[in-house]
Amino acid sequence: MSIPTSLSGVQPKFETKGLKAGFGSTWVLNGIDLKIPPNRVTAVMGPSGCGKTTFVRCLNRLHELTPGAVVEGEALLDGEDIYDRRVDPVAVRRRIGMVFQKPNPFPTMSIYHNVVAGLTLNGERDKKKLDLAAENSLRGAYLWDEVKDKLRDSGASLSGGQQQRLCIARALAVEPEVILMDEPCSALDPTATAKIEELITQLKRDYTIIIVTHNLQQASRVADYTAFFYLGKLIEFDETAPLFENPKEELTERYITGKFG
Amino acid sequence: MKALILLSVAIAVIPLFFVTADVVVEGLPAISWAFFTKNPPSPLAGYGGILNGIEGSLLMVGMGTLIAVPLGVGAGIYFSEWPESRLSFLSSFTNDVLAEFPTIVIGLFVYALVVAPTRTFSAVAGAVALAIIMLPIIARTTEESLKIVPVTLREASMALGIPRWKTIFRVVISTGKSGLATGILLGIARATGETAPLIVTAGYLNFPPTGLFQQTGSVPYIIYNFGTAGYPNWTTVAWGAALVLVAFMLILNLSVKFFIGRRSTGIRAEI
Amino acid sequence: MVGAAAIGIVALLIGLGIELTSGSWLSIRTFGLSFVTGSTWNSVIDTYEVFPALVGTLTASAIALLLGVPVGLGVAIFLSERARGIRAGATALGSLVELLAAVPSVIYGLWGLIVLAPFMRDYIEPTLKSVLGIPGLFSGTPIGTDLFTAGVILAIMIIPTISAVSRDILNAVPNSQREAMYSLGATDWEVVRKAVLPYARSGIFGATILGLGRAVGETMAVTFVIGNNINLPHSLLSPGATLTTLIVNQFGNTFDPLSESALVEVGLVLFLLALVINILARLLVWRMTRSTRFRV
Repeated sequence: MSIPTSLSGVQPKFETKGLKAGFGSTWVLNGIDLKIPPNRVTAVMGPSGCGKTTFVRCLNRLHELTPGAVVEGEALLDGEDIYDRRVDPVAVRRRIGMVFQKPNPFPTMSIYHNVVAGLTLNGERDKKKLDLAAENSLRGAYLWDEVKDKLRDSGASLSGGQQQRLCIARALAVEPEVILMDEPCSALDPTATAKIEELITQLKRDYTIIIVTHNLQQASRVADYTAFFYLGKLIEFDETAPLFENPKEELTERYITGKFG
Repeated sequence: MKALILLSVAIAVIPLFFVTADVVVEGLPAISWAFFTKNPPSPLAGYGGILNGIEGSLLMVGMGTLIAVPLGVGAGIYFSEWPESRLSFLSSFTNDVLAEFPTIVIGLFVYALVVAPTRTFSAVAGAVALAIIMLPIIARTTEESLKIVPVTLREASMALGIPRWKTIFRVVISTGKSGLATGILLGIARATGETAPLIVTAGYLNFPPTGLFQQTGSVPYIIYNFGTAGYPNWTTVAWGAALVLVAFMLILNLSVKFFIGRRSTGIRAEI
Repeated sequence: MVGAAAIGIVALLIGLGIELTSGSWLSIRTFGLSFVTGSTWNSVIDTYEVFPALVGTLTASAIALLLGVPVGLGVAIFLSERARGIRAGATALGSLVELLAAVPSVIYGLWGLIVLAPFMRDYIEPTLKSVLGIPGLFSGTPIGTDLFTAGVILAIMIIPTISAVSRDILNAVPNSQREAMYSLGATDWEVVRKAVLPYARSGIFGATILGLGRAVGETMAVTFVIGNNINLPHSLLSPGATLTTLIVNQFGNTFDPLSESALVEVGLVLFLLALVINILARLLVWRMTRSTRFRV
């Protein structure tokens, strides 16, 4: 697998070596070697069943929570394997934020408590710090102006797009280094999608973002780099524009030109 | 925190262990061939048997089943095949409420309905009370096991021009029949263990049943009567009766599990 | 034809209500409100009042809930959350707890009288008395067959109900809620405490009410161990009575229309209590699991 030339000297934020994952005796991922660059948006694309969601769920050790799940290989965050036996998965998940396909705010908590949920989890009690974190995260998620007067309302009382931005704010509040997004806009309307895409391009200044998407246009709008997966294998990885305009692999070309879903 | 959870699990299981162990240990001395063929002893005079209870229980549970099964299966069919109707919703809800009702109240109802007019405790009254208690379980399990039969099966049958009622009786029920059997067994298990309603409907008799409209004994009543009296031999008879009852329940429950194992009807085996 | 069976069930419940009301009419007319507020049950003076039994029912049920709900919930959490990795153990345990539900209450009663009550009298109650011996709570001579033991037996009996319903409730909590909590860096227990349980709270409350309904309606197990005393109990260690045990115990002593009617009125009170509790519980549980019927 050739590395895009723009990344040749750069220390990857995340690097997987021979990452395999599956359920029971079926492998969904078949040995992925991928280097994710820091402070960029990397899109993971491919047809249904190619393993892109499983890949991303391995990066924050969420995959192993499913009964029967198996993982092999290494995933290095800043050079250290998160699957090392001495590593606590809880600590890993604190450094990595995740936004899910369908917005999942905690319905029994207010907007405010949803945002600071990660902080209160870690024992933060200082009201001033929590207030500050809430405002900053909500601003960072482009949601502050819309909810600042109703922070006590239930997290579930917002529209779909607002809920998703709330979930992004919730992820931001714990100040992660990496943010994983699993098709974050697939349940949203075009206006909400546009807002979130704009948000993503702003966020990469401070975070490394990995976004799973099946929407080619979305990838070309927001992603700096794109990885193309097919049937559990990494087929091609390059800067987004060259990958789309001049794919090196035939499979990539067929996917991009719509020869299969 | 995990410790607390594990502790609660332990606390939940301990009584079960002790109850079973005590029933076996205390009841075993009374068990003999005679225990199943003789009537109870006088105070302080050996262990005798519980023939009166066994025959009485068989009679009343049997009659109760005969009453409850057609009604329960019928209602269950209605709930499953006509789920959209208002009656279905109301009746199903009522059914669930009835399932959890204090059985003594059901006994009082049957007392007013059957015992008072006939001026006697009777096996019939007992059977009616047991039938009312079994009814909700049978209706519910029937409904659940029929609902699992795929819609496509019904549609295939109707597409062949088979009328709806025949579709239900031939196709749907025969596919769901192990579930139905499960429900009936569970109902029988529940009815066999009931005591309170029988106290106010069937009364007690120290001999095997003498007539449908006479007082009739039952195994649970023996446990109640003989367990609270205080004579040591009577207490052992009560434990022995308890052992027989528990063994019967176990057999019933295992049969249910067997039915469920054979075809997954998706129903949990519990009473 | 099958519709008739369905109608029959509704008719049954309505018939129950009608029959109980008409049977207790004499008693209602005679005693009015004092039936539930007075404390004298005496056939000699033709007075039948059930306040002590009401107190007994509520007290024993309260104890049952206090002891039984945490245990039942703990088992449910174990079976639905933690046991995700320990499959075989979980199914075996689940079956074991369900077996608890299959034991007829008369056997719990027998065991309670002969094994539990002496144990309570000799070990548990003296300890409770020395630690919490406030008058009204654990005062009086421990005799074993009292309100407290009745509460304990009821607790044991409602554990399977609470655990089974709670388990369904917990399983109905969407996985995405758990995952959201995990991804913020929560431990297994924190996920349960902060994401699963809050989401499930109304359902769990419903399970508790169902357990209450079962405790209120229980007769045989209680009558063996409660001491069957129709006077107002002055502490948890006093013998007492519940509405259900009152009916069973006084049943042989009713020879005139008034006493018979009074007994039926006790049944009516139970009927109303059970109805309210059951409907409340069903509404709560239904809201969470979103099905039109639910198992118990």
